[in-house]
Amino acid sequence: MSKKIGILTMEGTNCEYETFFAFKRLKGDAELVHIKQILGEVKNERSIGDYTCIIIPGGFSSGDYIRAGAIFASRLSKIKDEIIEFIEEDKLLGGICNGYQVLVDLGALPATKKTISDEKEAAFIINSSNKFECRPTLVKHVNNGKCLFTRKYKKDDVLLFPSAHGEGNIVFRDEETLNRLISNDQIVFRYVDDKGDYSGYPWNPNGSIFNIAGICNNKGNVFGLMPHPERVFYRYMHPDWTRNRDIDRGDGLLFFKSIIDYVERY
Amino acid sequence: MQAEIKIRLKNGISDPEGDNIKKALLLLGFDNVIRVKTLKSYIIEIDCEKKDDAIEEIKDICDKLLANPVIHDYYIEIIE
Repeated sequence: MSKKIGILTMEGTNCEYETFFAFKRLKGDAELVHIKQILGEVKNERSIGDYTCIIIPGGFSSGDYIRAGAIFASRLSKIKDEIIEFIEEDKLLGGICNGYQVLVDLGALPATKKTISDEKEAAFIINSSNKFECRPTLVKHVNNGKCLFTRKYKKDDVLLFPSAHGEGNIVFRDEETLNRLISNDQIVFRYVDDKGDYSGYPWNPNGSIFNIAGICNNKGNVFGLMPHPERVFYRYMHPDWTRNRDIDRGDGLLFFKSIIDYVERY
Repeated sequence: MQAEIKIRLKNGISDPEGDNIKKALLLLGFDNVIRVKTLKSYIIEIDCEKKDDAIEEIKDICDKLLANPVIHDYYIEIIE
């Protein structure tokens, strides 16, 4: 079985190299793959079945036209059946920032009832501050163990992941969807303040309900988060690394380690 | 055939861009402004002979790409 990790790009993604190197530095078998290769529109064709994990990186796919991630998602919807199969085989599908927006627009998240929802359950709207928020943010790992992407983090760990997004405010179809996410253990990260408490702006950079920063599907193998773990891979990528960092790694490293461990055992 | 499509945020969905524009207008002295809402519009030229077929196809376009029903309402008008 292939142990490959694919970093899925298209026109406008721009965080693919950090994400790719995060895996490479941990000896993961990662490669960059363009959506045209997956859709068979160019030579050098690939299938998503070639991978055990696919990560959609951050960026501005298709210039964020229409809605952030909407065009990427609509292109992926052409291979919806293959994606469903991929998810049902317990492989990992993740999205960071723009990738998270893509997965929500595709219906692969929150997907509380089906593998990919026919009717959309969530959407992103522009940040409540009406600004592009580009700065460090703090998130608490609140997942009880369902999410396969964050197994190396302990419950209630507070991590610094940088945010950089303009449309990060997640909105659910109804209150029931949010309640189902909470009861299904699908909430993975929530924005917190420097004391670890749930606070409003600026600690919650986008106004997301329930301070949500990242969610997974009901099986825990599809995951999206708004801030960027790949931007804090090394200790010295933290803004306060000369003062407060006494552990020899960046907060994002265990995200990639969790994925690689799962992929190795798959 | 040409159609104009308007995509609007549903009532109750926050519109920080509209709110900010309202603030700017009040600062400019337009004291009568009560509310500003933003919307997106598209003009799509489509090769259909019947108006109903065009509307059906554009509805499909809206559902598949242009609008997200969680936050948007859309309106289609055939303009020529």
